[in-house]
Formats: sequence, structure tokens, C-alpha cells
Amino acid sequence: MRLFKKSNSIWQSRGWFLLPSLAGVTLFVILPFGYMLFSSFSNGFVNYKTVLANEAFHLAVKNTLWFTGVGIPLLLFFSFAAALGIYKSKYMRLLKSVYLLPMAVPTAVVVLIWKVFFHKAGVLNQILELFQIQAADWLSGGMAFWVLIISYIWKNLGYTIVLWLAGMSAIPTAITEAARVDGASEWQCIRYMILPQLKPVFYTVTMLSFLNSFKVFREAYLVAGAYPQKSMYLLQHLFHNWFTNLDMDKISAAAALLAVFFALCSLALQNMWEKEEFS
Amino acid sequence: MRIKVFRFVLFIVGLLFCLPILAVILGALKSDRELMTALLPVIGAGGGKISWHLLPLYPTAKHFIKLLFYTPEFFTVFWNSMKIVACILAGQLFVAVPAAFGFAKFSFRGKNALFMAYVILMLMPFSVMMLPSYLVLDRVNLMNTHWAVILPAVFSTFPVFLMYRGFKAIPKELYEAARIDGAGEWQIFFTIGLPLGSPGILSALVLGFLEYWNLVEQPLAFLEDPSLWPLSLYLPEIHLAKAGMALAASVVTLLPAVFVFFMGQDYLEQGIVASGMKE
Repeated sequence: MRLFKKSNSIWQSRGWFLLPSLAGVTLFVILPFGYMLFSSFSNGFVNYKTVLANEAFHLAVKNTLWFTGVGIPLLLFFSFAAALGIYKSKYMRLLKSVYLLPMAVPTAVVVLIWKVFFHKAGVLNQILELFQIQAADWLSGGMAFWVLIISYIWKNLGYTIVLWLAGMSAIPTAITEAARVDGASEWQCIRYMILPQLKPVFYTVTMLSFLNSFKVFREAYLVAGAYPQKSMYLLQHLFHNWFTNLDMDKISAAAALLAVFFALCSLALQNMWEKEEFS
Repeated sequence: MRIKVFRFVLFIVGLLFCLPILAVILGALKSDRELMTALLPVIGAGGGKISWHLLPLYPTAKHFIKLLFYTPEFFTVFWNSMKIVACILAGQLFVAVPAAFGFAKFSFRGKNALFMAYVILMLMPFSVMMLPSYLVLDRVNLMNTHWAVILPAVFSTFPVFLMYRGFKAIPKELYEAARIDGAGEWQIFFTIGLPLGSPGILSALVLGFLEYWNLVEQPLAFLEDPSLWPLSLYLPEIHLAKAGMALAASVVTLLPAVFVFFMGQDYLEQGIVASGMKE
């Protein structure tokens, strides 16, 4: 009996802590995911070949990559600049709240305002007109892509600023102050003192921004529906439409591909973190 | 000096960030006639420009009265949202809190691999999990019920990860002291874990509320019957010709989220930071 109690199996009274979660995750995630993976190979690689040759898939992958390739760098740049300005400001709390607030706003609440703002005859074009900039058809033209970028940055800037600020406040002030005494300029401090120390934060922020980029589907769907303008058609639209059409073969192969991609990304992230630790 | 100018710019941009929210709230107070004139170019195919003034010309509470007293379907949808969010968060308390405690405090064979699996699952977008969730929900006949949205969310691994950080921050010595005094695992959980780990739990709840109050993808995929929909799907369905109602409904939707945001801003920030912290 004593031996049993000393062993580290999770199936003792301590096991009850993890049991509900493990059971639920197994039942709702792991088993069905395994089943999906298994059935995606039901006719060899045919499903995968179909998906990889599918034109809508190409478009969706292209748009999603393009969206993340443009959106994430912009978000990182603006949030970093804003965090530098907010850091150590007297009004830090106020500024943070102002930028975080959009995160609390349910997408559906601003759909109407987005329609008014981005409409061909809407507010944005009228503002642009003041600066003599050609009006664009934001919602139904190729510019729809930028509507997504703008709403993505609007919603995620605060989140990202908070992450940068947490990283910055972990840097010992003694280092930057010493550099300043030695005559380093503001820019040199940022470039050689702050930036290198924020490398691990940079990895995290990139990863989380990537994850959150998948949620722009909400804006895209609620503003433009299941079949939006071509430049807005994302992977999530494709999955949604295949699901509505009960195209299970295609989804299972595509979901497996996406899952592998995401798993590799998160493993790469963990790897980079560990490297940081030892360097 | 330069930093002051930059901070001023940040403040102005921040105000612009809040403008859409202000536009919704003030817009809901506009009269039908004012809204119709403003939105004519959007509703009809007619030309002209949208003239959206931030301040209402003749403020009226008519839309709110109509919404709250003469629109029973709004109540259905509002309580759908409340029910879904409350059940998810309550379920997460029962499932994720003990699991997070277990991960933070016990060591057992395979723990690191299991935790890694949780992290990878937490990073998977809904597109990947849509078909696996559907397979289970369909098998147990829960499609087109609220449980289809609630159950998969209850077993999300994200809150486990967030709360894990909170429990991990409790000094080990406290647990050991309690064990020497003869406390059992559950006693330690309730008397030390819960009170001291509560910031992590609250962070997960605040982030969870904002996320689930804004659910779009899951109800869209799993709830066919519009009478089961949450606010986030119902709002965009209101026709623009009833813009006043749509805006009033938007404000009512916005209120709980903004309330939680301001009450829990500190926990929200802690949660964001914890979501980005390395293991």
C-alpha cells in the first residue's frame, strides 16, 4: 500500500484534479481529431491532392499569407512605437485603456459603423477627399483587404502594446540609465539596449499576433458574408463554406495540413525560447 | 520634448481609436429620420454621400424603449448570449481550475509532454477544430443546441494555461508547510491554491468573457436555428432600414463587455502578459 502511495502515477487522489480536463480534451479534441486524420487518408493521398490542386484553396492560402505578411509587421511596428511612447509615461494607465478598449468591443457592435465608415460614399472617402486622395470602393473593391488590416490593427494594438510594455518593464533601468550617462542617444538606447533584450517578447508577440490574425474572419464575415470580395477571401471562409457544403473530405485534409503547420509553428517558437535561455 | 509631442500624438490617435465606440453610442440616440437621411446612400442605390455627425441633432431614447419593451426576440437572443457565456465560464471553473492546479503543483510521468500538448491545442485555430468538434457533437446529438457551443469551449486548454501561471507563482514552501501540518491535497487546493491563485483565475475569466461574448465562428457553424443565436450573430442581421434599433441593440451588447473590461482591466492585462510568457 505504501509503495502505491509513493509512486507518481496521476491516477491517485491527485489524479482527480486533472481527470475532468483530460477526459474532456480526449473526448472532444484528441479522439475526433485522430479520427479525422485517419479518415483523411481513407483513399490514400487523394484528398490531399484534391485540396492542394483546389483553386479556392490557393486563393485562400495566398490571401491569408498576404494578410499575415502585411498585417503582422504593421501591427508589430505600430505597437512597438506606441509602447515606447507609453512606457514610463505619467498617463500610462489611461493610454493603455484607450488602446485596449477596442478589444472589449464585440465585432457585431461595430459592423454598422464599419459599413458607414468604409462605404463608397462613406466617411473615410470624405476624409481622404480633404487630402485630395482618390476615393476608393473599400468594401467591394480590391481595397477590401485593407479594411481587414485596419480592423485587425484597431482590435489588437492594445493587446500587443501590453505585451511589449511587460517586456520593457522587465529590463533593468540601471542599464539604460548607465548608457545615457555615457552619452548614448535616445535612438542608440532603443537600438542597442532595449531591442536586443526584447527578443523573446518579439517571438511571443509575433506568435500571438499570428493567432489573433485568424479572428479577423469575424469582421470579414459580419461585414461581407460568406463570399466576400476576392481579396478578402481567407482560409476561414474556405473552411466555413466547405463545412456548409458538407465537403468533409476536403476539410479533413485541409484541417490536417493546417494543424501540422500550426504545431510546427508552436514547436519552433518553443525552440527559439529555449535558445534564448542558453545564449 | 520630442517624447512629449509623440505622447500627445499617441493620445490623439487613441481618441480616434475610441471614436467608433462613441459613434455607436451617440448614433443610438439619433432619431429615425436623422439616421435615414444619413444612411440613404447605403440603403438605397441612390447617390449622395453619407453625412454622419457624431452628435445627434435631437437625441431620443425611442430606440431603446422600442428595443427593451417591444422586441421580445431581442431578449431571447440576449439571454442566449448570457447563458452560453455563463455556462462556458462556470464549466471552465470546474474543469480548468483543478487541471491548472494539478499541472502547476504535481509532478508525474509524462507531465511535460502532456502540458506541451495542451499548449499546442490552445494555439489551434477554430478552422482546424471545426470538423473534429462537429464529429463528436453530431454523434451525441447535440448539434443545433447551445451545448454544441458550450461543451467544446469548456474543454479549451487556454484557461488551463493562464491559470497554470497563477498557481505556479505561489511559493512551493507554502504547499510544503501545509502538507507537514497534515493537509490533504484537496484541502491545500481550497485553502491555499484557490485564494492565492485567484488573480490567474480572474484573468482567465475576464479574457474568457470578452472572447465568448464575441463568439462568431462556433455558433455560425453549430447553431442552425436563429432563435438559438447569440447577440454576435443576431446584430448584423438587423436590416439597415432599422438602423436605430440595430444601434440600440449594439449599445446593450456593448455594455456588459465594457463593464467587465473596466472592472477587470488589471486582470485583463495580467492575463495578456501571462498568455505571452514563456514556460
